[in-house]
Amino acid sequence: MPTKQRGGGGKARTGRAAKLAEGVAKIPTGITGFDAITGGGLPRGRTALVCGGAGCGKTLFAMEFIVNGATEFGEPGVVIAFEESAAELTANVKSLGFDLARLQRDKMLAIDFVKIDRSETRETGDYDLEGLFVRLAHAIASVRAKRVVLDSLEALFGGFTDESLLRSELRRLFRWLKDRGVTAVITGEQGNGMLTRYGLEEYVSDCVIALDNRVVDQISTRRLRIVKYRGSAHGSNEYPFLIDEHGFSVLPVTSLGLDYAVSSERVPTGVKALDDMLEGGGYFRGSSVLISGTAGTGKSSISAMFADASCRRRERTLYFALEESATQVVRNMGSIGLDLARWQDRNLLQILASRPTVYGLEMHLLKMQQAIEHFEPRAIVVDPISSLVAAGRSHEVKSMMVRLFDYLKMKQITTVVTSLATALGNEDTTVGISSLIDSWLQVRDAETSGERTRGLHVVKSRGMGHSNQVREFIITSKGIVVLPVAVGPLGVVTGSGRIQQESDQKAGDRAAQLELARRTRHLERMRTTLDAQIEALRADYASEEDEAKALIAETREREQGERASSQGLSKRRSGVSPTRTAARKKVARS
Amino acid sequence: MSPSGKAGPRGTRKSEPRSRRSGGAGKLNAGGRPEYVLRLYIAGQTSRGTQALANLQRICEEHLAGRYLIEIVDLRENPALAAGDQILALPTVVRQLPEPVKKVIGDFSNTERVLVGLDLLRPKRRA
Repeated sequence: MPTKQRGGGGKARTGRAAKLAEGVAKIPTGITGFDAITGGGLPRGRTALVCGGAGCGKTLFAMEFIVNGATEFGEPGVVIAFEESAAELTANVKSLGFDLARLQRDKMLAIDFVKIDRSETRETGDYDLEGLFVRLAHAIASVRAKRVVLDSLEALFGGFTDESLLRSELRRLFRWLKDRGVTAVITGEQGNGMLTRYGLEEYVSDCVIALDNRVVDQISTRRLRIVKYRGSAHGSNEYPFLIDEHGFSVLPVTSLGLDYAVSSERVPTGVKALDDMLEGGGYFRGSSVLISGTAGTGKSSISAMFADASCRRRERTLYFALEESATQVVRNMGSIGLDLARWQDRNLLQILASRPTVYGLEMHLLKMQQAIEHFEPRAIVVDPISSLVAAGRSHEVKSMMVRLFDYLKMKQITTVVTSLATALGNEDTTVGISSLIDSWLQVRDAETSGERTRGLHVVKSRGMGHSNQVREFIITSKGIVVLPVAVGPLGVVTGSGRIQQESDQKAGDRAAQLELARRTRHLERMRTTLDAQIEALRADYASEEDEAKALIAETREREQGERASSQGLSKRRSGVSPTRTAARKKVARS
Repeated sequence: MSPSGKAGPRGTRKSEPRSRRSGGAGKLNAGGRPEYVLRLYIAGQTSRGTQALANLQRICEEHLAGRYLIEIVDLRENPALAAGDQILALPTVVRQLPEPVKKVIGDFSNTERVLVGLDLLRPKRRA
């Protein structure tokens, strides 16, 4: 048990107080937490008074003292029961796992039931309670008892009329117990304005413990207070305690301190993109993580992803469900592709569901601690921690959280808690625990142009760099998917803005391609036209050329012909040919 | 501690405590069995115990002569016997017979209260 290991927070105690604590020999009660707050237990060889109202656990405290003494510390005990017979007592504590019958057989326990019935007894003249002393001495001798319980001694006052005689006998009894060197616990019912109905506290000078069962807002919390502890430092607070199937446990209210070791090992969050946002590694092992957000933003899903990832690494995980039953958690997380049932089957995951209002806050804390001690998880999830507000007042919740987180850090258990934020965009948590938290993720439900978009961002993460972007995520049948950041002309876009942006981009791309194709075709057409024109010109040129060539050839032919004929004429006449001159004139005119 | 009654409780002192029932009936009158069996619890030789026995024997002699037996149980010697009759206060006398069981505590200095407490008057009237 955690509190036991700490041995009463010795480090926190001042030197002087520590000396005082050494001064009085203590006898451990074996009651979880009680030995811690008293620095070792009850004063050895003295008598302690446990008082309180009906049903607040006096008898159980006493029985734990005796049974633990017998089973854990090898100190036999005696129970003088004034109110219950041995058989009744045995039956009553059996539910707590105490086997009184076996202890009696083993000579570790003697029970003597002292029945006080005034109706069958008459008093005449002087008497004393030597009979009680004889029985007590006999019981002590029979088992060599070191511990004695008288429950409840005040019953004596109902059996005898002579109160002054009773008082002197009680005084004698306490002295007698002290002389015997036994450590005694006596119980007494709470009286009107007094700790006990018959003022037993005035005889007990060494240690007085008051138990109380208080109901506030219809939720009852048991509390223990050390009224007096002579010669020993003790916590003066009221310490919550609870009685359950493990017996009596006291919870030190004060913080366990800030002297725990830290780890720089990272544990993945179960969401890849979230790991990336946290320097690519995830949470620190043993750190506390808060996921806050409004209803339906996916807090539980993110924490369940973590639980699943933790189980995948074969690390035991404890899931405290404060709003859903275990089966509901499993079913709901099945819808995002997490098969939590298989981890349960392999005893890697334990889901503990309880309504916040069924117990007081302290009970919740103790239950959690007990479950943690029992299951020894490496990671826990509390979903949601904000609903515990219903079980206590906010300052109580905060002090409880301090203790819980300190405890978890001491045990190096990575803790993911969710908290429901009431107002949109509210960075304050209902429980006011943000200062206790190492990493704070906020999930948001941004509503823009008629739609809601889930956004996730890291508000803080001690000891590591982290992304400062609000990342959009969607919850799919395969878990949480954090979408890549889409940056538009006006900043990061989300939701259908993102889709719009994407489709805009697609449309733009398409248009550009079309334009390109058009230009290409146009160029092609131009080239074709050009080619055609060149061809036509070339054809024109060719026909012109042909014509010209033909003309040249014809002309040359004619010239040759004319020259030949004029040569022949001049041969014949040896003068200028008048025909040729006339022909020349004809050509010039035309 | 000198018993003055006929019943001779002294003879029973050491032997009786171990057995519930008195074996000393023979010393009594014709009935063979004592009508009244009274068990006196004391612790050691205290003046209060001595006084109580003397008072008890005186009362018995006066009112139940020949019909009673007084067993003396010294819890110092037999502490285990205290639980059986639920003895707390000393001295205590327990009327074992006739039933129902009656208890009177104190030194029996008030005869009237002893007679009422142990319901010893009725049989005497009958007799």
